Amino acid sequence: MRAKTLLKGGHVVDPSQGLDEILDVLLADGIVASIGKGISAPENAEVIDCSSLIVSPGLIDVHVHLREPGEEHKETIATGAQAAVAGGFTAICAMPNTDPPIDDPAAVGFVVAEGRKVQAARVYPVGCISVQRAGESLAPIGEMVDAGAVAITDDGNPVMNSGLMRLALEYAQAFEIPVVDHPEDLGLSAGRHMNESVISTRLGLAGKPNAAEEVHIIRDLLLAELTGGQIHLQHVSTQFGVELIRQAKARGVRVTAEASPHHLVLTEAAVEGYCTDAKMNPPLRTADDMAAVRAGLADGSLDVIATDHAPHHYDEKEAAFEDAPNGLVGLETAVGIIMTNIVGEGVIDVVTMIDRMSCGPARAFGLSGGTLSEGAVADVTVIDPRLRWTVDPSAFQSRSQNTPFAGWELTGAPHRTIVGGRTVWAR
Amino acid sequence: MNPGMATSPIPALGKDLVGLEFLSQEQLLIILDTAEPFKEISERRIKKVPVLRGKTIVNLFLEASTRTRVSFEFAEKRLSADTVNISETGSSVIKGETLLDTARNLEAMRIDMVVMRHGSSGAAQFLADRIPSNVINAGDGRHEHPTQGLLDLLTMRDHYDRIKGLKVCIVGDILHSRVARSNIYGLFKLGAAVGVCAPKTLLPSGIRDLGVNVFRRIEEAIEWADVLNVLRLQLERMKDGYVPSLREYNRIWGVTTRRLDSAPQDLLILHPGPMNRGVEIDSDVADGPHSVILNQVTNGVAVRMAVLYLLAGGQPDSAEAAKAEAEV
Repeated sequence: MRAKTLLKGGHVVDPSQGLDEILDVLLADGIVASIGKGISAPENAEVIDCSSLIVSPGLIDVHVHLREPGEEHKETIATGAQAAVAGGFTAICAMPNTDPPIDDPAAVGFVVAEGRKVQAARVYPVGCISVQRAGESLAPIGEMVDAGAVAITDDGNPVMNSGLMRLALEYAQAFEIPVVDHPEDLGLSAGRHMNESVISTRLGLAGKPNAAEEVHIIRDLLLAELTGGQIHLQHVSTQFGVELIRQAKARGVRVTAEASPHHLVLTEAAVEGYCTDAKMNPPLRTADDMAAVRAGLADGSLDVIATDHAPHHYDEKEAAFEDAPNGLVGLETAVGIIMTNIVGEGVIDVVTMIDRMSCGPARAFGLSGGTLSEGAVADVTVIDPRLRWTVDPSAFQSRSQNTPFAGWELTGAPHRTIVGGRTVWAR
Repeated sequence: MNPGMATSPIPALGKDLVGLEFLSQEQLLIILDTAEPFKEISERRIKKVPVLRGKTIVNLFLEASTRTRVSFEFAEKRLSADTVNISETGSSVIKGETLLDTARNLEAMRIDMVVMRHGSSGAAQFLADRIPSNVINAGDGRHEHPTQGLLDLLTMRDHYDRIKGLKVCIVGDILHSRVARSNIYGLFKLGAAVGVCAPKTLLPSGIRDLGVNVFRRIEEAIEWADVLNVLRLQLERMKDGYVPSLREYNRIWGVTTRRLDSAPQDLLILHPGPMNRGVEIDSDVADGPHSVILNQVTNGVAVRMAVLYLLAGGQPDSAEAAKAEAEV
């Protein structure tokens, strides 16, 4: 007999059902038992007062690097899953660019098993598109799906061979999973370290032009259209990239796409002074690009907010800019950043935020969750929209602290994270 | 205490010399003016003054360099500093030690200054932010090479008695050049007009936004300029496909006597070295009457002495007195 929990009097925001009102939510036996007004607590139920709090379907981050196996000094599946629930995420998708990469069913099974050991976020493995992420031949996609993979990607690398990308988009259709691409033409970007502009010129850093990303977005959209396959484009950072996706959606191409919190709130100016915590791929771009990513998020061209949580050990970031790795940790700052700088500035409302952080990710990756409809899995995030806090990396659950947001003063934070009806984290 | 040393709590420069971009016009002029009295030391029979006696300087050259390293070393030795050289080969850096650990270890041996050459842009700033010693950037990636910029300015000023109003065109691989960036910042601060001329493959994006004139062809640059600062074409640029061949580069962008002869006026020719004769510059130009390439090398020692002196806390107006003490 599993516990019953009554979330009493919260502001329920569930775009999947068009809910945006004060309601009670009863969780029982790992599912949403009922949702409505004036639900009375069953015997032995834990009653949680949610007045002045937001109750939403559990947040899902479809783009997370957990570094295990191979780089456990940066993060593990356990610490990453803990960081996720501390950031309000009830499920995360683990990228396969580990060492060795997750390119066969045994490796997928390892991620599933490690994820189940911790009472934290659900960990969904994403398998490689190609064997060894080498971009040459398809990995055993069907077997990986049978073992628990929810999508395929060579993330970290783009799929440079368009023929292989076509095959992946065709083959994956049998399993109804998205093909996830990190759009980047390495011929235009390899050995380059930030956005290409007068700032890169002044800093003496080789720059990546927007075209490096857009060339691959166009290609992926054309191949999705050609094959009828489902493409998911990661961390879209350029103005024209957003427009290309908008146009493709209007034509009926099966495309979903991500915006990363950092591309929504930072520009290339954050790199000034060779700030390695602002080094990421794709790079931070211009204010016009940032505005376009915001607009794409608002109008639904970009379906998903995904953090691209990329932990790195401080020794690796404490280096000359060109020698430092790309990426920032994002799980524990996303809710605060989005509530403060995106919802707070009126780019989107809370309903759209929950759609982009819960319903959209569930739809894009075909995951359970993303809804509080009766009978759905009892994954719930409770958010305190008024809590003021300051980003302190030393307090992160993540094993790494590489963030450009240290010291940012934010309003809005996760309050309680419930996975399968069980509270796995609470403030 | 030596005359002029640390008598004022306000040094003319900050702790470090990382680049010319954030120096003021006044600071640039102080360095150039301070270099003037130091020029003479190198002309003496006994080329040594005690200005930096007791100071320990590490020359940390993590990328190949001969000219700059030797120039710094002469400057340091002529000011009586104790110097240690660490070069790319044979140092623990290539054994996997991080830059920060190298710096901390040097710092633990109680040094006063580090002169660093490094292949990564921003490496000098990185070091300067993390150790209390003075840091002098001897070239970081494609970012800046401030003492080269300063010696170029000094050489131009020697010839024209001014920088203001000069039209200076930097010719060649601007994309990969720290010398170009330091020149651009220094020349603008002192009132020159700056042009660049290179195949577009060797021009960085946004270069126009720095305010320079961009010339597509060398003939146009020569028509416009008073001074050409000709950059070395690294032979590896060919391999990476930035230009089709050395022969074509010389044919289209080379600074040749024939091209200079068609100019409306005589142009001053600078080159930071080492030269590829017959590629970016022809021998008769390099060795010709308007070349000040060896003056640059001589001025390099004086400028570096000035920078060392000022960063060590020396006062600009006491430089003459500081070196005069040597003669006592």
